[in-house]
Amino acid sequence: MDKPFSNKAWLFVLPVFLLVALSAIVPLMTVVNYSVQDTFGNNQFFWAGLEWYEELLHSERFHDALLRNLTFSAIILIIEIPLGIFIALNMPRKGVWVPICLILMALPLLIPWNVVGTIWQVFGRADIGLLGHTLAQLGVDYNYATNWFDAWVTVILMDVWHWTSLVVLLCYSGLVSIPDAYYQAARIDGASKWKVFRYIQLPKIHRVLLIAVLLRFMDSFMIYTEPFVLTGGGPGNTTTFLSIDLVKMAIGQFDLGPAAAMSIVYFLIILLLSWVFYTVMTNYGEDKPEASR
Amino acid sequence: MAGITLDKLAHSYLAKPGNDADFALKQIDYHWEDGGAYALLGPSGCGKTTLLNIISGLLLPSKGHVLFDGVDVTELSTEQRNIAQVFQFPVIYDTMTVAQNLAFPLLNRGVNQSEVDSRVSDMLATLELTEKANRKARGLTADEKQKISLGRGLVRYDVNAILFDEPLTVIDPHMKWQLRTKLKELHQQFGHTMIYVTHDQTEALTFADKVVVMYEGEVVQIGTPEELFDTPEHTFVGYFIGSPGMNILPAELNANALQFADQSIALPGDYRNASGSVELGIRPEFVSLLSQEQARAKDNPSCVPFKTTSVEDIGRFRIVRGEVAGHTIAAVLPEDQSLPSEPVALFDPARINVYQHSRLIKPTSMQSGGGNHG
Repeated sequence: MDKPFSNKAWLFVLPVFLLVALSAIVPLMTVVNYSVQDTFGNNQFFWAGLEWYEELLHSERFHDALLRNLTFSAIILIIEIPLGIFIALNMPRKGVWVPICLILMALPLLIPWNVVGTIWQVFGRADIGLLGHTLAQLGVDYNYATNWFDAWVTVILMDVWHWTSLVVLLCYSGLVSIPDAYYQAARIDGASKWKVFRYIQLPKIHRVLLIAVLLRFMDSFMIYTEPFVLTGGGPGNTTTFLSIDLVKMAIGQFDLGPAAAMSIVYFLIILLLSWVFYTVMTNYGEDKPEASR
Repeated sequence: MAGITLDKLAHSYLAKPGNDADFALKQIDYHWEDGGAYALLGPSGCGKTTLLNIISGLLLPSKGHVLFDGVDVTELSTEQRNIAQVFQFPVIYDTMTVAQNLAFPLLNRGVNQSEVDSRVSDMLATLELTEKANRKARGLTADEKQKISLGRGLVRYDVNAILFDEPLTVIDPHMKWQLRTKLKELHQQFGHTMIYVTHDQTEALTFADKVVVMYEGEVVQIGTPEELFDTPEHTFVGYFIGSPGMNILPAELNANALQFADQSIALPGDYRNASGSVELGIRPEFVSLLSQEQARAKDNPSCVPFKTTSVEDIGRFRIVRGEVAGHTIAAVLPEDQSLPSEPVALFDPARINVYQHSRLIKPTSMQSGGGNHG
């Protein structure tokens, strides 16, 4: 059959293409441009090729920061996803408590990152902070400014406090959309509470859970503000994540080339890991393609 | 398997029901025989799903008791009642295979593995799903999924009853018939008590031995399909059963004769127990349309002029809609009969039902004829 061919379709795509070009592709290309050049200021640039990339991939500083990021994201996902599901499962489904719970859950999400950082920074101080002071009185030696473990615990607590709600709300929306008949059928089949979760609730919230995992992974992998406000990456370099290191390099040291190369690599790592999560989670439990259909 | 007794059962969704209107389900007393196939028929919102949920234990009735084989189960939970239910939308466990779905209720009840395997393979054969046993259940079509939900009930041989809540709603028309046949087959094979909720009269009448017709929270008639057709006990049943439904016309009852549109129709039965304003109920199948000459030839006084408004050709017969004395009625015209240009309508007196306040008035005795539709 002959299909009418028209180039008009391009016109419809054009606005989107322009928008994406201006907002994403052009800025990204300028970064690519910086990453293959060197400069000593004065707007003079020299060709450097892939030198910065080689240097970066062999740099211990980069390896350490990357490892910190991976560890941090892993911890965040391990805590926030199960905790979020657990809270969502226990939230009321009807009655006056529903809007109250939803508002309480949504509150942390409305607070800007740097405010969260400041709240916890003050909260944890041994001299004036409620948490820090109480712990000090109880004889716990807690000081995020000098102890790397305390600094990590504080940053993780901040993130859990700030973002578990997102997982909760996503899971809750998935859970309330399950028709009652499923629960009734499960009761008739004599399924235990765990089996209801395993065979009804989890498969039904599987898609929103994927979004929750992706969002929490990307966001936690890009963590910047909280450790920056708390200790500025310290004590030592123990909370210097990739983003903090990147800013130090680009703005503190004005090493545009290496910083640009690092940005690109950073971006590619997030892209790669997100793709892995997406593929693994969407393929989980899918039917294997049939021989004939 | 069990017989089910409903003892003074009533339900209201309000905490403190006052008058009759507050009850979603008005008082019902009935006994469902063990192994019977029953249909609960009625329009949406008539309380049939409420009744079903009370029987399955998903809802606690405000009044009365439910008994399985004489044992009060009103307070028992769904799990303890040992019943199966098939819902409007197929409920399957997405991540499990077809076979795992069928095994699930058995494994939950601690049946041993070899027993489970044999029952599941039997059930797969019965449902004609053996080839798809190891497929993920979510990839199947709606009717196959509905078979699985049915199978999950049937694998438990000892279920007291199987309840169906409009199970064919999402099934394609050509598959509905097949599934219904399958259901009948299974009913004959296993002999479970089956209760089938529907708003589709064809489904109800073909599936059930006895049909319970509900209207506004009340059971208006319980009877065989024949009884519902011949002697609807409530004008609603007359409307609802049959296609098109029964014609209901206002009339006056006076000494065994109905006065309607200046005509007097002598009734075969003895109606001296009632009089005054009544409703005349006549099925379109028993309204004949005759030409003026035919009517004169028959010398039948009870003919009324009929003004045709529309004719629907259904294939095997035609439905003629029109007006008699300002009231719309329908008549069924056999295929071989032509529609006269100025017809008169003749009601078969033996087929007329008389209603007062929507309820059937039964004649105290039959003078002649008026036998049952056979």
